[in-house]
This record gives sequence, structure tokens and C-alpha cells, in this order.
Amino acid sequence: MIPEPYEAIVKAIIYLLLAPVLGGLIAGIDRKVTARMQGRVGPPLLQPFYDVGKFFEKENLVVTTTQNFYALSYLVFMAVAGALFFSGGDMLLVIFAFTLSHIFLVLGAYAAFSPYSHIGAERELIQIIAYEPMIILTAVGMYMVTKSFYVGSIVQSTTPIILYLPGVFIGYLIVLTIKLRKSPFDLSTSHHAHQEIVKGVTTDFAGPNLGRIEIAHWYEYVFLLGVVYLFFAWNPFIAIAAIIIAYFLEILIDNTTSRVKWQMTLRSAWLVAGTLGVINLGVLYYLRMVVVP
Amino acid sequence: MTYLAKSPWIIHYDASSCNGCDIEVLAALTPVYDVERFGIVNTGNPKHADVFLVTGSVNEQNREILKNTYDQMADPKVVVAIGICAASGGIFRECYNVMGGIDKVIPVDVFVPGCAARPEAIIDGVVKALGILEAKRQAMNDRPAATRKPAGDSV
Ligand code: SF4
Repeated sequence: MIPEPYEAIVKAIIYLLLAPVLGGLIAGIDRKVTARMQGRVGPPLLQPFYDVGKFFEKENLVVTTTQNFYALSYLVFMAVAGALFFSGGDMLLVIFAFTLSHIFLVLGAYAAFSPYSHIGAERELIQIIAYEPMIILTAVGMYMVTKSFYVGSIVQSTTPIILYLPGVFIGYLIVLTIKLRKSPFDLSTSHHAHQEIVKGVTTDFAGPNLGRIEIAHWYEYVFLLGVVYLFFAWNPFIAIAAIIIAYFLEILIDNTTSRVKWQMTLRSAWLVAGTLGVINLGVLYYLRMVVVP
Repeated sequence: MTYLAKSPWIIHYDASSCNGCDIEVLAALTPVYDVERFGIVNTGNPKHADVFLVTGSVNEQNREILKNTYDQMADPKVVVAIGICAASGGIFRECYNVMGGIDKVIPVDVFVPGCAARPEAIIDGVVKALGILEAKRQAMNDRPAATRKPAGDSV
């Protein structure tokens, strides 16, 4: 067996190598299922890999060279966030790195001069503001149940976390819709062909930089679905099933709803965090403190 | 085949088409033909596109826009002129404001004939363009590094 101190490093390396493969496959399945829902055949399963391969074959066209730096930082910090998560690190640190990576994406979009890119950056910021409270409530909720912020301890807990945090879980699913850039919350950029602001945050990224952003998305997919796993960590089979059902629901919602305005996104995300999330945690607190002291 | 030919993203620009050819281009993008099977995505962003589809003739008003859109695309890229108007100006060639085919302004790689061009012909034209795209990619790689555009200079 791997000696204790190296275990975390090995897990992090495995994540760094395998997450893009898994994330790309998830993206491929997503496009295939979406096509079937629309009565089309759809692209090959490996299409996301072809797309990214192509981005690296193209010329590196940038508006300013700082874009290269921001696109790379987005990728690196996203990978770091996921690696910290999968090596059993501190949830709060993971959330910090996760948010920071998005800030780099926003800065990258602001670095270009196109108005579409700027509107995309603004909307991305609004999305961050919208989902951040719920993500933090998720971490706090897991702490209240397992008494630890460390993913390593949370995942080993035998408590069925989902039974204690149903409200937080539903809130997290709604936030997941924002994070996976799915309708109705795909404001800043979307995976669908056309958008009213061209391509939002990614408008001014071309070639290899766009490829880096896409790979960062793959890391992100695996990390976000890893959080879903934590809710069901006491039983891996149920956890995998939950991930599949959750992702299928996201695709279904994506294909049956239309894009809403940013006010609505902010309102619904905060309303859910403020009601389901806070009430869930309040009840949990009350039970722990008052009923079973 | 490289990745480029497996994932050609297109951008469509209506120069001064009568809309006949545009409807046929959009027909090729509907679920009936489902070009996403071949990895083709219709993007509205020249910076993400590899294939430039142009319908209609070029006129004094839009020559700048056409040129600008072309310049914003990253190399390697190909241009497909769709319909007789895009090839030569077609029935509008005598108009006082029409300059003629789009090859007056940007280099064209494939001409798709027809008035209006049929969706099958358009898909055929795009497939032909993919071969040219691949040749251009190889030419780009073979170019000595010194003559390549350094990243960041291509505003
Ligand atoms: S080629 Fe014919 S159908 Fe096409 S834009 Fe010209 S006139 Fe219209």
C-alpha cells in the first residue's frame, strides 16, 4: 500500500490525469443525450476531445497577451481546486480556489475589448454572486453533520448525509444548473450554438486559450459531481446512481427551459439558498442543540 | 484526418443575399440533416469558427464587415461562397451598389453553385472545404517558425 503521507499526493495526481478524460466523456454523453432529446443523431461520443484537439491546432489569436495568462490561471486553479478536493483536503480551501479560478476567467474576459465579452464577464460575476452562498452552505452543512471540513473525513463518515441535508442538496442541484452553464441559467456563456451576446465570456478567446477553458470545464464537471457524491458517500452505489440521475435531470432542464434574465437567476439562487439551505441548517442546529443535547 | 476536419465550426454571413441561399444554409443546420453528426457547430463568433459561409454578393455597404469578419477568424480558415450571387454577383451584378462576387474582397476556397444552392450541395461544399482546411493547416505547420505570426501580435 502507499504510505500515508503520499496517499493524498497520489490521489491528487490521479485526479489531475483522469479528470479531463472523465469530464470530456461526460461532455460527450451530454451532447449525445441532448441531441436525442431534440430528435437528432448527435455528434460522436468523443466529439469534445476532437473539438479541444482542434483548438490546439489553431493559431493563438489573442486581443491582448494577458488573455493567455488568465486562461491558463483559470485552468490551473480549477485543477488545484479539484485536486485538493479529491485528495481529501479542506472544503473551505477548495471553495476558495474554485472561486478564484472563476475570477481569472472574468478578468480574462474583461481584458478583451469587445462589448459582448464585457457583458459576459459581468454576467459571470453575477453568477458567482448567485451560487456562492449555496456552495458555502453546502460545506457548512456537511460540517454540521460530520463535524469536519475535510473531504477525507466527510467521505469516510457512515452517516447518510443526504437524510440530514435534503434542503441543502436541492439547493446544490439548482446551483449545479448555474455551474454547468445550463438553461435557464446559462447567462454568461452557453454550450448551445447561439446566444444573444455571441459567446459571452468566451467570445474573445480563440484557439489554444479556448481549449484551456474547455479543459478547465472538464475538471469542473468532475469536481461538481464529486460534491454530489459526498451527500451519498456512505453507499458508493447509491452515490453513483444519484450522480447519473442528477446529471440527467440537468440535461432535461436544459432542454425544456429558456434562458432567464440575470435578476431572476440571482433571485432564484438566493431564494433557494435562503429558504431551503438556511431552514435545513436551522432545523439541524435545533435538533442537535435542543432535542438531543 | 486530424482534429480540424472532425470539428469544423462554421460562421454564416449574409452579404446581400435575396435570403434564398440563407434559408438553404439554415435548412442544412436543422435536425433533418443534423450536421452536428460531423462535429459541425454553427457559431455566431468568427473567433471560434473555422469555415466561413457567405451568401449573396458583396456591396459597398458590407465589404468592410465581410473583410473584418474574415480577419477575425484564426488560421487555418476556409471560405465557402454559396450561390451564384456570392460567386459573381448573380442577377444583382448590374446593380449600382454591387461590387460582384465575394472574391473581390476575401479569398474564396470553394464555390457552391446554384440559385438557390441546395442543402446537399452546401454540405458537399463544406466537406470539400475540409480537405482544403487540412492542407492549409499543414502549410501553416511547415512554415518556418520565424515567419509565423507571434501570439499576441494579431490584433
Ligand atoms: S444565388 Fe439566387 S437564391 Fe442565392 S442569394 Fe443569389 S438570387 Fe438569392
